Amino acid sequence: MADEKKLVLDVQDLGIDFGGLTAVNDFALQVFEKEIVGLIGPNGAGKTTVFNMLTKVYQPSRGTIRFLGEDTAKKSVVEMNKAGIARTFQNIRLFSQLSVLDNVKAGFHNSITYSPFSAIFRLPSYFRQERETEAKALDLLKIFDLQDKADTIASNLPYGAQRRLEIARALATDPKLLLLDEPAAGMNPQETEELMAMIRKVRDHFGIAILLIEHDMRLVMGICERITVLNYGMLLAEGTPAQIQANPDVIKAYLGE
Amino acid sequence: MKANKSVFSSLFGRQRRGRTVSILLVILAYIVLTVMIRSGNLSRLFQGLLVPICCYMVAAIGLNLNVGVSGELNLGQAGFMSIGAFAGICLSGRLAPLLPNTLLRLVLAILLGAVCAMIFGFLIGIPVLKLQGDYLAIVTLAFGQIIKSLITNMYFGFDENGFQFSFVANTTKLAPGGKMLLNGPMGATGTERIANFTVGAVLVLLALLVVYHIMYSKSGRAIMAARDNRIAAESVGIHVSNTKMLAFVISAGLAGAAGALFGLNYATLVPNKFDFNTSILLLVYVVLGGLGNMTGTMIATAVLVLLPELLRSLQDYRMLIYAIVLIVIMLLTNNETLKTWFGKLKAGKGAAAGKEG
Repeated sequence: MADEKKLVLDVQDLGIDFGGLTAVNDFALQVFEKEIVGLIGPNGAGKTTVFNMLTKVYQPSRGTIRFLGEDTAKKSVVEMNKAGIARTFQNIRLFSQLSVLDNVKAGFHNSITYSPFSAIFRLPSYFRQERETEAKALDLLKIFDLQDKADTIASNLPYGAQRRLEIARALATDPKLLLLDEPAAGMNPQETEELMAMIRKVRDHFGIAILLIEHDMRLVMGICERITVLNYGMLLAEGTPAQIQANPDVIKAYLGE
Repeated sequence: MKANKSVFSSLFGRQRRGRTVSILLVILAYIVLTVMIRSGNLSRLFQGLLVPICCYMVAAIGLNLNVGVSGELNLGQAGFMSIGAFAGICLSGRLAPLLPNTLLRLVLAILLGAVCAMIFGFLIGIPVLKLQGDYLAIVTLAFGQIIKSLITNMYFGFDENGFQFSFVANTTKLAPGGKMLLNGPMGATGTERIANFTVGAVLVLLALLVVYHIMYSKSGRAIMAARDNRIAAESVGIHVSNTKMLAFVISAGLAGAAGALFGLNYATLVPNKFDFNTSILLLVYVVLGGLGNMTGTMIATAVLVLLPELLRSLQDYRMLIYAIVLIVIMLLTNNETLKTWFGKLKAGKGAAAGKEG
């Protein structure tokens, strides 16, 4: 079924070395449109390193990342975002001193076209685009139930709300692929349940593909259509949640022999 | 209903409040001071301080955009003032025989000062702002020293045959009727004093408008986002070094404009006026006024320029008291009890305003 869908992300032979240490090697991953894919593995397996390579925070040592059919070898972090990959971070990285609304507005940065000159002289394009951005940002906040907190300084938000704001900010950049790095970390079962519904809603509402790293197996098995398992920087297994749960290699990696 | 209120509060209300307060403050101060000058209630000493205060305010507002809003330490703001000052003085000196209108000449000099400083800011920014860390502080510190040394060794004049320029030793041979614009270590001498308080006040207003309008725009959000979290800013497609460059160049331009006004306020101006101490003093105005707080910066500038003059009667103890006042202000502004008290006061006001609306 997946084969009929358009390929969004196609990673082949991906690897990175830090000095003499090979952190990730021979990694491969495909994400199709409107798909929710899980990336799991024991601590230190290299999951976040993969995210950092996909967003070019780290330049891969080997391999190719094709995004929407285009090779991304020469792209920078900023260009990867412009191409359509947005992400959240394991240790939340909000613009801590900006308001919730301004955090999301900052996400709309590249959809605003007026120049600093029009801002200084307050030309009509400034007012028109600021109004549009404001409306779009508030719509996004509403989806994440943050509209009442629009004027709150981001660092004053409760933990769960900060996680939601990070997703809202990422979506403001109009991505085709959203990378979520442990979105449920630190959440209680109730919050995790809400998050799962929210991730599904995001996929359906925005029609985007989602790749997520998560340790909460209830979340991963509950919403991911496919799962890729990483162990010691190598691809261990790939398949549907049912296949992964029954895979003896995966069980061995998590529980030992 | 809720959405509409939020649109109003963030796009126009809260942001406009900071801008309105600072602008009203400048206009009010201007009116009061003008009335005092007209009615003869302001001593000559204080009248003489008005233009320099305006200049320092403009340079400090610019510096606050760089240090407070963009989060990059700049230790060479006086260097940019110096460029603006001597560029402005040279232009005004050259145009004096051609353009009798002093106001027009002053405006042109300020514009040239701003543009020259912005060009230097841009050139410095290209390599430095690509790096992370305190490199800008180191480079601007060196830049300030270099500019001072350069101008101290520069001889520049003109006569009917055109401009003459020499370096280190004065080898210019001006025909009779020619005029030296820069005299090496003596700096600019015989400058026509065309600066005035009104232009100074207007320049402060313009500086405030430029900085506020940048802060509350796409660029301002990008500048503050890059300050708060560089990696996250890049991950949402913000080109961090470009946004930092914008803040740095605007900051330099404002210093240049301030310098030109400053230079044209004195008959003689030595390059040593814009040394490291001046850069640090500007930084003190910014830090004391509050990072990112333009109204605070203006108040701190006015108080700290006036304070040494007010303390003149204390003679030897003057700088001691000055230092104590600085320390006390810093302790008070960082006092948690006072902060929460002010916070409550503000919240109370906000609630009251909410009820009215």
